[in-house]
Amino acid sequence: MINLPPGVPLARPSLGSSGQTGTWRVLRPVIHYDKCTKCRLCFFYCVENTIDLEPNMFPKIDYQYCKGCGVCAQVCPTAAIEMMREVK
Amino acid sequence: MQVTKGVVKALVGNHAVAYAVKQAKPQVLAVYPITPQTTMLEKLSEYVDRGELKARLIRVESEHSALASIYGAAVAGARVFTATASQGLLYMTEMLYWAGGQRVPIVAAVATRALASPWSILDDHQDFMSKRDAIWIQMMAENVQEAYDLTIQAFRISEHENVVLPVMMGFDGFILTHTMERVEVLHDSVVDSFIPPRKFNLVDFTDPVGVGPVAPPEDYIRMRFEAKKAMERSKRVIKEIFREYEDISGRPQHGLVECFMCRDADYVVVSMGAWSGDARVAVERLRERGAKVGLLKVRVFRPFPFEEVRDYLRDCKGVLVMDRAYSFGSGGILANEVKVSLYGHNVPVHSLVGGLGGMDVRPLHIQTALENLMEGKLEEERWLL
Repeated sequence: MINLPPGVPLARPSLGSSGQTGTWRVLRPVIHYDKCTKCRLCFFYCVENTIDLEPNMFPKIDYQYCKGCGVCAQVCPTAAIEMMREVK
Repeated sequence: MQVTKGVVKALVGNHAVAYAVKQAKPQVLAVYPITPQTTMLEKLSEYVDRGELKARLIRVESEHSALASIYGAAVAGARVFTATASQGLLYMTEMLYWAGGQRVPIVAAVATRALASPWSILDDHQDFMSKRDAIWIQMMAENVQEAYDLTIQAFRISEHENVVLPVMMGFDGFILTHTMERVEVLHDSVVDSFIPPRKFNLVDFTDPVGVGPVAPPEDYIRMRFEAKKAMERSKRVIKEIFREYEDISGRPQHGLVECFMCRDADYVVVSMGAWSGDARVAVERLRERGAKVGLLKVRVFRPFPFEEVRDYLRDCKGVLVMDRAYSFGSGGILANEVKVSLYGHNVPVHSLVGGLGGMDVRPLHIQTALENLMEGKLEEERWLL
């Protein structure tokens, strides 16, 4: 193997290396766990992979990276996810 | 090094390039047809089908996908090739910049052809010349033999550790792609030792990286600066590889430019591509009459050989630059580069624009322009209409 010349655009993945996208959010998805049926649709649909599953299979949103797109609220069959205005 | 006599074949340009590619042993090819390049990729498909070339042949749905697919393969470590022309090269343009900026070793042949509108399938250099800022090394062949030679050399240049840039080999559509000429091809073993298997990957699968990442301004401009330096470094590498090829093939490879009777010439024609052959004839005819004229043929257009052009032309009484492409609102593209080379030297540079959309240009046209130049009767820019 040779050493690559300088200036080849390659990036090493690291958490938050492109910024913490959670700051982009205008609307914040909030899960009402009393309505949640653990169907996991929000987990599968989240375009940014910011929804993780807890050991008890309830979804949990990573607000550091969630951009607030609202796809999870749209696909939730029991309307358990509410988009709430971010208040500072 | 030992010169082994090659095998003489009669080949059309497209088949000669296909033969060179077969000998270079790429592992991945992307094929998408466009006139006048199609028969080259057909030939390569045949080689793969017959098992003479062990490569993955991807039948893509567009030129954009053609380059995108071999871009991925090349990043992963494969030697790759594709070919296109005209509108196909324009459609590929977005990926050309991705590949150039990413510094991916790729070889692409461009069978030069006019651009629409109006529609034309015939030869000029507008497609090739419009890609001059895509961070690709660009070379252009004068005849079928040179197209074969440059294709072999392109793989070496592209993969050289001090370069790592994609290379575009241009040769005139129909005039070269569909014309049968005598070609001396190298033995497979000679090519094998000239182009050893690729030694490096851009990515290491045990240590993942992101390719083509977002770059903040300070990183972005530094990478562009490094690409500029790589282009400058490549001049020396290209000349070394040409010299080495000269040794194994026994055929003169000149350098970034070829000087034909231009050393003592007062008036020099500068050209690129197939019509350099016509310019040679014009120069020879005028030499027979005692006129001190010569030809300077540009073989490598990017990086542009400013030093060589300046050295050959700075003492001339007049220069005639032939352009088969035009920068509208500016001038002949090659003429502009020559003018830049001669900045600070008092040499009048005249531009001869012609051959657009396949318009026939004969030695007599060039001879007349040269005679007019010597008589002081040539306009600064003349179009051969």
